[in-house]
Amino acid sequence: MHLAFPLVTAALLFAAGVYGVLARRNAILVLMSVELMLNAVNLNLVAFDVHLRDRLHGGQVLTLFTIVIAAAEVGLGLAIVLLVFRNRQMIDVDRLRTLAEEPDPEAAGPDAAEPAAEREGAK
Amino acid sequence: MTGRDLVFALLGVVAVGAGLLVVTTRQLVHAALWLVVSFGALAGCYLVLTAEFVAWVQVLIYVGAVVVLLLFGIMLTRAPVGPSDELDSGNRWAALGVAAGTAALLVTVLVMGFRGTRLNDAPRCAAGASCPARANGSAEHLGEAVFRTWVLPFEVLSVLLLAALVGAIVLSRTDLPTPLRKGR
Repeated sequence: MHLAFPLVTAALLFAAGVYGVLARRNAILVLMSVELMLNAVNLNLVAFDVHLRDRLHGGQVLTLFTIVIAAAEVGLGLAIVLLVFRNRQMIDVDRLRTLAEEPDPEAAGPDAAEPAAEREGAK
Repeated sequence: MTGRDLVFALLGVVAVGAGLLVVTTRQLVHAALWLVVSFGALAGCYLVLTAEFVAWVQVLIYVGAVVVLLLFGIMLTRAPVGPSDELDSGNRWAALGVAAGTAALLVTVLVMGFRGTRLNDAPRCAAGASCPARANGSAEHLGEAVFRTWVLPFEVLSVLLLAALVGAIVLSRTDLPTPLRKGR
């Protein structure tokens, strides 16, 4: 089997994950896209471990570690998403603008009023 | 093209296609279910690559745990059940450009770098010695590797997992005393 098969599969999965992280608005869908990217990296690790015939199995062991870290990440990420939902009643990542950096205080008239109104609504 | 190539190509097409549906579908629950298909096809890819233990761990943790956790998150955030146009943000064309650029760059570099390289995954055995009967990625080999060579990272990882779980519990508790909650 050519080594290019797993590598191209992993590259396309990674690109799908990049698209999902950038284009999705729902925070849970963003977490799903991050999982896709992590899986693409795992496929690369396994393919090179098998190809290089590593005696210590570094690639496959690192894949197991990545899977565990991804599980921890999704647990913590969902806890944060649920906390945001409890405070704001929505999880759209492009409407969470409280930490956004306003380029110019005068130019950001209508946009600047929105987070304050959301904060009032959450209380 | 051998049968192994064909199986891997089919599984790869299923994995990538399900991944694309995850990021483009307009129903939130369907995205989680397509994620199951993608992860299952990836587990099949690991099996074809002779990494059987990683494949079963993938099925157990990703298909079994992570997707169920994501479905719980969808349920608890009262997500829209039917098709919804609200799932994509306004910058999807910019995102499409960035993703297409990433795919083109990665595929070009990888194909140019590894064109013609064949996967040499025959078991390594010394001349005259008997080859091991099991494949390289069996639970026996990986268990030896984890608990002989990589035992220190393994223990550090268990502490990390404990810290992440404690953090998730603290974040989702509602009965904490008020000074901790005053900042919100």
